[in-house]
Amino acid sequence: MMVTVNGKRVETSAQSLEELIAEQALSDQRIATALNGQFVAADARVGTRLKDGDKVEIVSPRQGG
Amino acid sequence: MNLRAQEGSKAGPLALYGTPVVSRLFVGTAGYPSPQVLSEAVKASQAEIVTVSLRRETAGGRMGGQFLDLVSALGVKLLPNTAGCRTPRDAIATAEMARELFGTDWVKLEVIANDDTLQPDVFGLVEAAKALVSSGFKVFPYTTEDLSVAERLLAAGCQVIMPWGAPIGTGRGLANKQALMTLRAYFPGVPLVVDAGIGAPSHAAEAMELGYDAVLLNTAIAKATDPVGMARAFSIAVKAGRIGYEAGLMNPRDMAVPSTPVAGTPFFDIE
Repeated sequence: MMVTVNGKRVETSAQSLEELIAEQALSDQRIATALNGQFVAADARVGTRLKDGDKVEIVSPRQGG
Repeated sequence: MNLRAQEGSKAGPLALYGTPVVSRLFVGTAGYPSPQVLSEAVKASQAEIVTVSLRRETAGGRMGGQFLDLVSALGVKLLPNTAGCRTPRDAIATAEMARELFGTDWVKLEVIANDDTLQPDVFGLVEAAKALVSSGFKVFPYTTEDLSVAERLLAAGCQVIMPWGAPIGTGRGLANKQALMTLRAYFPGVPLVVDAGIGAPSHAAEAMELGYDAVLLNTAIAKATDPVGMARAFSIAVKAGRIGYEAGLMNPRDMAVPSTPVAGTPFFDIE
């Protein structure tokens, strides 16, 4: 299926948000996630199922003013 | 009414959401020439509160962890922002992600209305503030100097108000000083922080002389020729401005008044 990860269309076989993060090689990183505009807590990623057309945000700490 | 001499929160140390704060200079972490200069500048500023943000991580990326290690080593309190968010929905989700990542319920809430002026969308700001306060966040709203908006933010549960001095990154100083003075006079007990638009140490000192509790700035330090030196300059300016405010500034006069006594002036004939 196709999902959008950080604004880019991605073909994925991941069934859950957790699997998608593993596919993106970010499992061991300090990241936070949102699905279709809603925050998904770290401990809820395993149980968060993905479907075609989902929009996922994966963010990490950055400089800010 | 003489706004200059108004009370502000003059008495006692500054506390934000119950947390005592000694340094009245808050600094951002963006736009420095290197991570090393960033670290040295934050130390030179003596800031205890430092703003950070969130951005998209690329596949396999390591940038976020490296930056978090850097700022964690500074031993400061982090204030994550929602910079770039254009809707309350985006700002709320960003705040929730920041709370999880940075482990703090403090958030500098930005809901931006316009790309050119980066002015706050005050309607979206109030809406997002209400939602975040009800979710347990301690909200530091980046707002305009508008008094009625400040009232609504306070009613929403914000305990700090952060009006802009001038648009973000312009360095123009206090563009609407009279309105900032009105805000200070109207909310004597509310912590008020001038956030954005500060371009020079004198701007920061001026905000402090008006009775503002603190200033928050980023670009003026990060883009200085010598960011570490500029951080030191701002630290001194903020302290000087605060001491000046506490000492009580004189009221301006329309006409000149001699400081040297007139009585006994030589060669001065009274008759």
